[in-house]
Formats: sequence, structure tokens, C-alpha cells
Amino acid sequence: MDAATATPTLRAKEYKSGLTPVWCPGCGHFAVLSAITKALAYLQLPKDRVAVVSGIGCSSRVPAYLDVYGFHGIHGRALPLASGLKAARPDLTVLVAGGDGDGFSIGGNHFLHACRRNMDLTYIVMDNEVYGMTKGQASPTTQPDWMHSKLTPHGTGVPRFQPAAIALAAGASFIARGFSGDPAGLTQLLVEAIQHPGFAFVHVLSPCQTFRPEQREWKDRVHPCHLGTTDNHAEAARLIQMDDGMALGVLYAQHLPVWQPKPEAPTSLAEIEAEFLP
Amino acid sequence: MDTHPHVDGPGASGQATAVAIIGSGGSGAVTAGQILLAAVARAGYYGLLTRSAGPQIRGGESAAMVRFARQPVGCMGDRFDVMVALDWNNVARFVDEIPLDAASLILADPASGPVPASMADSGARVLEVPFQVHAKRLPEGRVNMVALGALGAAIGLPLAALEAGVEQTLGSKGKSTTLVETSIAGLRLGYGPGPAGSDPLPPHPADRWNLSGNEAAGLGALRGGLRFVAAYPITPATELLEWLAPRLERLGGALLQAEDELASVNMIIGSSFGGVPSLTATSGPGLSLMMEGLGLAVASETPVVVVDVQRGGPSTGIPTKSEQSDLNIAVYGLHGDAPHLVLAPLDIRDCVFTLQWAMRLAEHLQTPAICLSDQALGQSRALCDPPARFTGALARSVASAGAEAPYRRYGASPDGISPMAIPGSPGLMYTADGLEHGPAGTPSAAAEDHATQLDKRATKLASFDFGPHWGEVWADSAQTQRANPAAEHCIVTWGSAFGACREAAERLTAAGHPTRVVGLRLIAPLQRRALSEALTPAASVLVVEQNHGAQLFHYLHAEQALPSGARSFARPGPLPLRPAAIAAAVLQPHLQEA
Repeated sequence: MDAATATPTLRAKEYKSGLTPVWCPGCGHFAVLSAITKALAYLQLPKDRVAVVSGIGCSSRVPAYLDVYGFHGIHGRALPLASGLKAARPDLTVLVAGGDGDGFSIGGNHFLHACRRNMDLTYIVMDNEVYGMTKGQASPTTQPDWMHSKLTPHGTGVPRFQPAAIALAAGASFIARGFSGDPAGLTQLLVEAIQHPGFAFVHVLSPCQTFRPEQREWKDRVHPCHLGTTDNHAEAARLIQMDDGMALGVLYAQHLPVWQPKPEAPTSLAEIEAEFLP
Repeated sequence: MDTHPHVDGPGASGQATAVAIIGSGGSGAVTAGQILLAAVARAGYYGLLTRSAGPQIRGGESAAMVRFARQPVGCMGDRFDVMVALDWNNVARFVDEIPLDAASLILADPASGPVPASMADSGARVLEVPFQVHAKRLPEGRVNMVALGALGAAIGLPLAALEAGVEQTLGSKGKSTTLVETSIAGLRLGYGPGPAGSDPLPPHPADRWNLSGNEAAGLGALRGGLRFVAAYPITPATELLEWLAPRLERLGGALLQAEDELASVNMIIGSSFGGVPSLTATSGPGLSLMMEGLGLAVASETPVVVVDVQRGGPSTGIPTKSEQSDLNIAVYGLHGDAPHLVLAPLDIRDCVFTLQWAMRLAEHLQTPAICLSDQALGQSRALCDPPARFTGALARSVASAGAEAPYRRYGASPDGISPMAIPGSPGLMYTADGLEHGPAGTPSAAAEDHATQLDKRATKLASFDFGPHWGEVWADSAQTQRANPAAEHCIVTWGSAFGACREAAERLTAAGHPTRVVGLRLIAPLQRRALSEALTPAASVLVVEQNHGAQLFHYLHAEQALPSGARSFARPGPLPLRPAAIAAAVLQPHLQEA
């Protein structure tokens, strides 16, 4: 390759927009943002060929902090927005970012159907088990006896949403768990997720320093996924059911049919209009 | 059948003929209606086919109504000349929908039992035809074909036209030729010797279209550049989507069936952000679910088109019947100050033009357009002249690389329109946002940014010249040199009510009460000046619409677009607006005053 056609190597920081995040000091999302840029740099994806789509919440602020195409949509609808973009523009690398409330509560139905549809998207959920932007309410992944929200003073009393198990049951073809306190491991997971052909769900444990300070202990509780990656659905189901929610790594990866537009033999509008004539 | 009572055909007098075919769901009433429409087309008429069905999938009631004439047919009229009963199982449900009188003719099989009192009370003549006996003479003979033959004879339609209608309607289904042959044999038995002296068929008009409102809307959107659809099934919009799905694939586009309407509207926002002209179609309940997404399209300045094929509401309402009751939500349903477009096609043929225009307007103005069709347009078919074509050059303003650095997605411009970068364009990366933002798209809660962006989004629509397509004004051509235009009555209406209003105005004018009709195609932003000019002068103004709450009437008042003394004629669905009722209301000055 001669100098005139050589593409300069993109460094991770060049994927950042330079905008200062709204996040609190110590928030796990800073490390997730960095891991996204490192994964994009590792893959050397041209910045204009990448789109990051999000809904509403602290983690959903990610698109504005990246120097790629982005869409900061409305609460819970990041997956449909990204699905429409990917269906119309299969040439783009489309990442979806958000939190546990956005993805599992208000957007829960879209999560199920995005897993089923298996479009070639990477869905990064930064799970801190709390609604941070609205100042600390219980989310679907919050423990039922967590009593620190005035909205649910007795705790929710509702069992926790199981993201990995539900993703598997709904048909996701790639399921991984990462931790913001393990940026190198998370970067590697994101690289694999982006490379995976189909819907790749990356569940990221990303502590909230403000409303869930006890999550600082997560760094002592996470551990590698003992059984490693499996492409066996039944084995993955067993693994994920036994999981304590702190196992890091690729939990499941399988090649399944990917939804994409199916062009038919081309025709012209004039031929279609002729249908209406005698 | 050697004697054939018949009604005066449309040929001699120039009047329209209206017929209805009723039966249980699955009896073939709608198929017979489709064949009849093709047959009257073959005989050179214009026509309109509407259908009425209950919510049942099978076994409920179904009716097909066809009205045809030598000139375009805009509505079903006031009464029916002939009603054919394939059976009487659900006749009570049709009494209101099929008005008969002493000049009407009922065709029925005595084996189905006596004519119910609800129909016989009209004073209509009854012709008994043994449909079932005839049908049983044929292998797999169908009652509906025998009845259609008898109907064709009664209205003086050439047998050859009916046979051509069968071949066109059933032959294209790819079924065995025996279906066509058996159907034609049934037709002939029902037709009998027929009216004496049938002339040979005239040449088939080569440019007479046969299309439904849902198909027309789909075609108009394709003409407007549509290449991506995401949608969730809902009556009565589903056929629009089913028509588009295979055709989009053949044009290099795609349709994605979404999990719900929250998804479908956000999916088309995503695809449009990707640079692909996009649309969804739904009905009232779905439109309600889409409102937050449409606000996002306004704030992020992403063009999308939503077709609302309206049905009776609120809530689940009357899913299979028509009503024009979603104007309020279409105009006012978004939270915040959210300028957007609301359009309404005026008849089936106009669905093509209005959707093409809506697609181009949305793309050019980078804002959502809601198009209010309804069941009466969507699920009816028209025989009409070739649809008009929008020939303007409206397109999305696309940012080009290197034109400006740094790129300001929401930067100021005199007309409020700022070039949109399409993903894949180097150097123009930006984040579209539903948060209020500054000119570069960066989130901002600053008062100045909010005011600037609100002004920008309002200016786009307020400063745009929508030209002459905002509405249609009908007036009798002889009135163009009218001596005293101030003596004219004026009807203001929108959407599917236009046809009945036009027929009412034609009758009033012929009876010495000159009346013009203003049909609004662009509801929002309201073109007040053009409307005011179209309304002035007038002896009276009557606002006509098919809903209970007089939604257009109140909207026009809120916009200060009506003269004092303007009156409202608002009637809910599911019964269609009848020209006679509208004409009577025009001449009743004591009706509700503003």
C-alpha cells in the first residue's frame, strides 16, 4: 500500500467527541465508553460507517460522547430505532447502548423481539440496578428488598429480571457479560460482539456510585465464566440458570439466521402501476 | 325467467345506479361485488365499490355496494336501486346501510325465506329468483354467481361485460379454469335471456384505473420515493401494508413487521435517519401509541410519514367501519410545541397524489406527516381516471462532505431547513437528539437554544409555500361567470366526506341554490389565507365531517378561519354521509350556529 492510499490508523480517543459526560465521578459508564472506543479502534471501523443508538437514561447519553453517527432517541425505543436503521442500511455497523430500566422495563418488549429477530446489532446494556437519571428508583434488576427509594419504601417485592436467561429464551444468538471494572476484558467482549453476525447482547455490570454505592463490592464478586463459551442452547440454559449474575465472559454464541431485507427480482414502478389498468 | 323487472340503467339519464349484494360472511357477496365492479368497468362506466363487514372472520355479515355512472362516482348516494340477498341471515345489520324505497328492486331466493319486514317495509318491488336451484344444476355452482347474473340482467348490464368481469377477477387468482367456467355458467343461468337487444361492448377505456384507497395510498407513497416500511397489523390499514410488502422488495426496499406500533414508528425514524424515505400505516389506536415517537421525529427533524386509515373510535371502537374522528389527535396529539404536517386525501384516486405529496413534503421539511385516510377510502375500490401526479421538485436537503466545518446539523437558515448528513458521509458525524439541542446537536437546556430551535422548526412550515395543492374547490363550471357569487352557499370539508359534499353541491346548484365545496387536503399547517379566499364571499358556510365532535369545525374556529355564522354538520360513523342530508343541512339556516 503506497502512502497516498494508506488509511491512517484510528486511535481509540479519536472515536470520542470531546464532549464532557454528564455522569457522576466514579460512574462505571466512563469505562464502558472507553471500552467502546477501544473496540472500534481495534476493529479500525471508519467513524462514518458506525452508528450508536440509544434511548433515555444515564448510559443512553453515550452517542453524544462518540465521534460517530448517533441517535439519542426516546425512553425504551433504542432497539426499534436501531433495527430500522440497520434494516435500511445494512452496510453500517450499528451499536445500541442503554441501561437496565430503558432496556428491560419500558423497552422490555423490544428486547424480546430484537433477540428473536436476530438482526446484526450489538446491544450494550449498562446495568447498575437503579434508575439514576430520575434520582434512584428501583429498576427491573434491583433486588426485591432494596428499600432506598421513596417510590418503593418497602422494596419492590418483585423478583429480579434475569437479562441473560431471558435473552437466551427469546432467541439471542450471542450473550456475554462484562464489567466496567475490567476494561480490557470488556473491550474484548465488545470486539467479539461486533464481529458476531446477528444480535449480540452484552450485559455490562456498571456500578452507580451515587445511588448504589454498595456496588463497589462488585469488583470482588465478579469471576470468569467457569464453563467458557458454549454454542449448545441447553448447556447455555443450564449455565445461565446456575449463574450468580457475576460470571464474566461470553455465555453463549451460536450462528442463527439473521434478519435482513430480502430483495426480489427487480421491477419498475411503471410495471407496478400497470396492475391497476385493464 | 322470461320477464325481467329492471331499473332504469344509468346510460340513458346520466344518473348513477346503486346496487347492494348482501349475505353471510363467506357467501361470496364481496367477490360478486368485485366482479360487478370489473364488469361495469368493462362496460365503460366509472364506479365505486364499498364493502361492509362485521368483525367476524367468517360467518358474520358481509355486503358489497356498487354505484356506477357515466361520470366519476364520489360517494354511495342516498338510496339503492337494487338489493340482492344471497341469504337473509344477518339482514337486520344492513337495514340502515342500504336504504331502499318504492322505486327499488329486491332480488331474492324464495328458498331463503320471505323478505324480512325490515326490508319489505320500504315498499320495494321483489323479484324472486331460485338462486339455489340454479346453482345446484352446476357442479360446484355458486349462489353468488347466479345472483350476480340476475342482478346484471336487472340493471341492463351486457352479459359479455359480466363474463369479462369474472375472467378478470377470478382468472387472475391463478386458480383452475374450471372456476372461471363454472362461474360464467352460473352467471348465464341467473342472467336468463336478459334484456332484449344487447349491443356489442364498447372498447374498454384504456386509461380507466381500478384501485382501492389502501392500494392508492401505497402507490402514492412509492411515487414519493418510499423504500422502507415498518408496521404492525391493524384493521383497516393492513391491506395497505400487504400491498406494499412484496412491491417494496421488488423496488429494492423492505417492509419489517414490528412487534407493536411503538416499535414501528421508531423503526421508521431510524431508517429515515439512515437516508431512506420511510412510512408506517396504522389506525387510530396505533396512532395513539406512536405519538411520543412522532415528537421525536419533530425534535430530531427526521422525515417520516404515517398513514392513519381511520375507523370508529375511541378505543377499539368500530374497527371495520369508517369515521373521520382522528383529526384532533393528528393535529393536537403531540406534547410540546411540535409543528408537523397533517394531510387528508379527498377520495380514492386522490390517495395517490396526497401520499406522493406527503412523502415529498416530509422529506423536504424534515418533519413527520400524518395522512388521514379512512376505512371508507382504504377498503373501497374506484373506477377512475388516471391519478394526478405531483410534479414538484421537493427533496431532502443532504449535507455534503467538506461543505462546512464543523458540521452543524441544526444550524440556522432563512427557511429553517438545515442540510441533513446521511450516515456513511465522512466528516459529518453528528448525534440526532430528542433532547433540546444547540445548532450542532449537542444537548442543551439553555433558553436561547430552545427558542432558536422552536423558531427553526416552526419557520420551516410557516414560511414554506405549499402552492395550490392545499385543497380542492369544486364549483359548477357555469358559475364561473356567476353574477352574484355572494349568493352562493359554501361547504367546507375534508377527507372522504368530499365526495358526498360534491354530490350535494351538484344537486343544490342544479336546483337553483348555487353551492361550492372547499375540500382541505392540507389540514396542518392550515393555509388560512387561501381558505379565506375560497370562502369569500358566501351566503352561508357549512362545515361537514363524519365525526361526533365537529372536530374540523372547532379546529377552523380555533385558527380563526371561519366567518361568523358558519355552521357545523357533523355526523359520526359508521353510516356514510349522504348527499341528501348534506344538501338539506345547507338549506337549513336554523342548524347550529357558531
